[in-house]
Amino acid sequence: MSIDVQIKAETLSIDEAYQKILNDQCGGICLFIGTVRNLNKGKIVTHLDFETYQPMALKEMAKIAEQAIERFQVKNIVIHHRSGHVGISDIAVIIGAASIHRKAAFEATQFAIDQLKLHVPIWKKEFLEEGGYWVGARP
Amino acid sequence: MIDVKCFGVAKEIVGDVNLILEYDKLAVSELRRHLESMYPEFQKINSYMIAVNQSYSEDEQFITNNDEVAIIPPVSGG
Repeated sequence: MSIDVQIKAETLSIDEAYQKILNDQCGGICLFIGTVRNLNKGKIVTHLDFETYQPMALKEMAKIAEQAIERFQVKNIVIHHRSGHVGISDIAVIIGAASIHRKAAFEATQFAIDQLKLHVPIWKKEFLEEGGYWVGARP
Repeated sequence: MIDVKCFGVAKEIVGDVNLILEYDKLAVSELRRHLESMYPEFQKINSYMIAVNQSYSEDEQFITNNDEVAIIPPVSGG
């Protein structure tokens, strides 16, 4: 069993995430890659800026990984998230799970991204042509 | 003295990354009341949590001057 959680200011590597969870006992690896869209609610997005409360975010990411392993009996989990300036079509997050059979890997990956969006102290500032705003902060 | 870290929209409302409060001990609920009276904008955002020592706290929990405290506005990672 292994868990690897990281927050990085540099480009995330799909291959690095894949290598972290590759396991001789596992026949299924699922990688979710979250990328930055160029449109939100019909408005042109120029880039995002991620702010993180890094020590707490890493703890919450590790908790989610532990829960996913316990709940779905997957072997390995990776959660890598970006910080700082992220451009259109850049990778914002990679979540991966490795399991003996495919179903658990799919379920664990979906669980982990859903939980990350609810609980991990990371904030996205979305920049439109008219300026930036903190996503989800205000009604 | 309690040093409160501010992130995201909370940093914009407070106007700084840290807010220093002259308390030695207070409940999380009191901290929320204090924040909302100093900065009424906190009542206008969707929600916010208080983290104590890097964990989400409950309203009745007490904060003392060695604790690491942070305002956690709605998260939006991923």
